[in-house]
Amino acid sequence: MFIINCPFCGEREQSEFKAGGEAHIERPKQPTELSDDEWAEYLFMRKNIKGIQFERWNHIHGCRKWFNMVRDTSNDEIKAIYKMGEKPPVK
Amino acid sequence: MSKNLRVKTSKFIDETYRVSFKFNGSKYFGYKGDTLASALLANDIHLVGRSFKYHRPRGIMTSGSEEPNAIVQLHNNSERTEPNVRATEVEIYEGLEASSQNCWPSVNFDIGGINNLLSPLLPAGFYYKTFMWPASFWEKYEYFIRKSAGLGKSPTKADPDIYEHEYIHCDVLIVGAGISGIMAAKTAAKNGLKTLLVDEKPNLGGSTVYQNSEHFKINNQNSGSWLEKEINEIKKIDNLDIRIRTSVAAFHGYNFLLARENLTDHLPIEQRKNKTRQKLLKIRAKKVITATGSLERPLIFDNNDRPGILLSSAIKRYADLFGVACGEKNIFLTNNDSAYETAISLIQKGIKVEAIVDNREEIESKLLYEIEKNNVKVYKGFTIVNTNGYKKINKVSLMKLSKDGQKVIGSKIDLSCDCLGVSGGWTPAVHLFTQSGGKLKFREEDQVFIPNKYSSEQISIGACNGDLTLEDIIENTPKYLKEFLNIKKTDYDNVEVFSDENKSKRNIWLLPSDKILGKTKSFVDYQNDATAKDIKLALREGFRSIEHVKRYTTTGMGTDQGKLGNMHALGIISETAGTKMGEHGTTTFRPPYTPLTFGTIVGRNVGEYFDIFRKTPMHEWHLKNKAEFENVGQWKRAWYYPKNNENMFEAVQRESKAARESVGILDASTLGKIDIQGTDASEFLNRVYTNAWSKLAVGKCRYGLMLNEDGMVYDDGVTTRLGENHYIMTTTTGGAANVLGKLEDYLQTEWPELDVYLTSVTDHFATISVCGPNSKKIISNVIPDLDLSDENFPHMSFKNTKIGKINCRVMRISFTGEHSYEINIQANYANSVWEKCMEVGKDFNITPYGTETMHLLRAEKGFIIVGQDTDATMTPIDLQMDWIVSKKKYDFIGKRSLYRSDTIKDDRKQLVGLLTDNPNEILEEGAQIVADVNKSPIEMLGHVTSSYYSPNLKKSIALGVVRGGKNMIGKKLIIPMENKTINVTVTDSVFLDKENKRLNA
Ligand SMILES: [Zn+2]
Repeated sequence: MFIINCPFCGEREQSEFKAGGEAHIERPKQPTELSDDEWAEYLFMRKNIKGIQFERWNHIHGCRKWFNMVRDTSNDEIKAIYKMGEKPPVK
Repeated sequence: MSKNLRVKTSKFIDETYRVSFKFNGSKYFGYKGDTLASALLANDIHLVGRSFKYHRPRGIMTSGSEEPNAIVQLHNNSERTEPNVRATEVEIYEGLEASSQNCWPSVNFDIGGINNLLSPLLPAGFYYKTFMWPASFWEKYEYFIRKSAGLGKSPTKADPDIYEHEYIHCDVLIVGAGISGIMAAKTAAKNGLKTLLVDEKPNLGGSTVYQNSEHFKINNQNSGSWLEKEINEIKKIDNLDIRIRTSVAAFHGYNFLLARENLTDHLPIEQRKNKTRQKLLKIRAKKVITATGSLERPLIFDNNDRPGILLSSAIKRYADLFGVACGEKNIFLTNNDSAYETAISLIQKGIKVEAIVDNREEIESKLLYEIEKNNVKVYKGFTIVNTNGYKKINKVSLMKLSKDGQKVIGSKIDLSCDCLGVSGGWTPAVHLFTQSGGKLKFREEDQVFIPNKYSSEQISIGACNGDLTLEDIIENTPKYLKEFLNIKKTDYDNVEVFSDENKSKRNIWLLPSDKILGKTKSFVDYQNDATAKDIKLALREGFRSIEHVKRYTTTGMGTDQGKLGNMHALGIISETAGTKMGEHGTTTFRPPYTPLTFGTIVGRNVGEYFDIFRKTPMHEWHLKNKAEFENVGQWKRAWYYPKNNENMFEAVQRESKAARESVGILDASTLGKIDIQGTDASEFLNRVYTNAWSKLAVGKCRYGLMLNEDGMVYDDGVTTRLGENHYIMTTTTGGAANVLGKLEDYLQTEWPELDVYLTSVTDHFATISVCGPNSKKIISNVIPDLDLSDENFPHMSFKNTKIGKINCRVMRISFTGEHSYEINIQANYANSVWEKCMEVGKDFNITPYGTETMHLLRAEKGFIIVGQDTDATMTPIDLQMDWIVSKKKYDFIGKRSLYRSDTIKDDRKQLVGLLTDNPNEILEEGAQIVADVNKSPIEMLGHVTSSYYSPNLKKSIALGVVRGGKNMIGKKLIIPMENKTINVTVTDSVFLDKENKRLNA
């Protein structure tokens, strides 16, 4: 059970949040220009790393804002949290 | 007649307060302060249960939560019955009734005991090997195993007790109130930290508090008295919350811990009324100090499981704390100094100690000298090779250990006894530490695993950190506390400690025997009857990882998780495999540390609060009018309204006819409603729906289909343009929350440039749908000012209006194909409007209908229900709804996926209508559809998604998805059922009024 520091509300229990999968997968601006393979890459392919992972989270039972998190999936340590559209503060 | 083995008054027992209790039907007495185990031992009862596999007689082995054998059922056959309770933890009270488990017909005569004789036939993996094949026999095996195993009986009546959850936030949590826990609590609290101290036992002080030996002193007092003063002091500290009878069940990441606090289990049942029985504490601590102590290890030798064989430390606790002698002729088997402590304690109380058998050859210890002064024979360098006594130990056989400790030599010496105390040294209780994600290291010198790397703001102190002697605890604990709590000094910086204990130990995981291993029963896991032989067999059969050995032999898989024997299992594996300790892993101790009741886990979420439901404003009316309800998401929806003993079919037929012939009324309040505003609202809808929205005029409604990015239908509903930049979207009842979440996701992450605001208004508005040829008459009566002419208020349009003084929105939209209206009004006025509709509708036989009739009516028109006719594999094209997919729009969610190679295939499953050759035959929803029943294997073409008998068409109708169904119109297909096959014809999915004449009737 993490404590997550929502960039809009502050520290809250994990039960207030929903995980939203891998971050920084931008929806293609012109989907019609893409081949089946390129579209499938966007649609289906996700990394699921053991180690440092960039993920989307939503404060669903709070401010309902989406934000990004850098988390080490091997020990659940949260390395950083930053707003949508911002660059990750760590690599 | 049983003996009384209460030997000496203990200050922890109230001997003025006699308590009677029943065990296996007989009445006994104990004192307030006794546990069931101590009271039974005082009555000379050792035999309390039978083992799981061989049904061997078993007695009390320990004095705490690690007890593997003395597992009892409390209050059998009553509503409060509880199985798998450790007799060592039950505090007795007047009227307590306990009985043995795992035995039938009684603990003294057990039919399953025959397994003991058959044990050569029951090796490790026996159940796996024997019962796996043939699979069809499993049901019979299972019955046999369950009957003879019987892990207690679960209650069959509702639990009368109250349970609660409590959230606690603290600066420091200390788990365990032994000597190091007390030191930590006082230090933390005195430094102004909000501190919580929990301990599973009813009294504080662990095993030090009853230590009154001259051999262990702190500041020149015996250690027990010193600690008692400390305890009295901490009880006065305000910012220290102390919870006794509180066992930490789980230590999760980020210092989140779950603990169970027992509040009434020690009280007579009549005193428990209206009190909370147990609390689940949900603790979030900034810092955690684990001070869970250590567990004494047993020793592994032939027949080491007889009643009367106890841990040496347990014998000491029963004597010192409860004033109970476990036997009158005691022998000890040890490999370290601990057994001498116990023996001295017994001698002081006048309890006879016959002998001490010590694995060690040379012993330099003041405790030994005192024992020898008391003329107790010490067998140095000896071990026990066998024990005798079926229901209680009566004899031990000793032999000399070889120099390397791998063999026994010389001749056998037999000694008679009635109690054997064993001590194999100490195992730090690292269970919670490992649960939290901590990593262990192995300390060679005394063969223990101790904490190495912490995963959060926490430390382990005292015995659970490997400080196994009083000296180490007193010396190290203040240092650890100062560093961890970031403070300069503690009250314990200059405490003087004196101890006669010698740390030497001769560790032999599996003691040698004069018999070959195959002929011995040396138990490693007492509860699951796993022996050293079983573990060696598992290794011989190729298992290496401790996790595999554990599952194959069931070592450590009982309700006690093998707290006593796991170290020996690891030791035997590493010795046999010739590897280092821990190389094959250490077993993972999983929560809960001790079993939890279901009551504690669910707390107050029982009965109507178990899964809360949502009610519409007309709920009471539906109830009053005898509606049957259906669960849709969390909503209770009126399903149908049976009249005069109608069954569901009859009610739905009547309701459906009435709606088409005159007028029906439906509570549609549960549909999701999302208010959409902003200058980009139209553009937003263009992107989320498949069809175009820019040209929808203000005051008009449009049906929309929403896809996932993979092109599959996600939700549908009618959206109305209320103003230039203002829409109200409706969603399916079950999909409302997810649709809102999905729309917010796109707005925030993909299209933040759009000026759009979303608000859920599902609960704010109630929706009354009035449909049928006479619906207009009802609405004109309820809202006389509204011009209902087709010119002013055509199909798919909306009006702002008032009912009395109350604003409402009326849409002329239809999910049934009938001329119909939906009144949307503030929820708290809805019931009165509903009742008014009913009142004015009397002359037209206005008929309330539920979801089932709604489903039937829409199926007659071929309208889909997302989630019933679709299943996340259906595109709009598969649904034959090409008309709703805009060809002009450049993009919308899911568009690109509609022409992936997979989604453009012709032979995808497509939605079609199905008519049975026999018009009275109604298909089963979910039934498979095939073309050829003689083909093997039969090729499944699809399945029936919706099926009804239509009273308006006077025939059975169905919708189904069929592979390539689009091109099968007119084709005959077959629905194979259990006892028959049904012939159907594929048709168009619209069965009634294809020309939409009724909408404007
Ligand atoms: Zn927030």
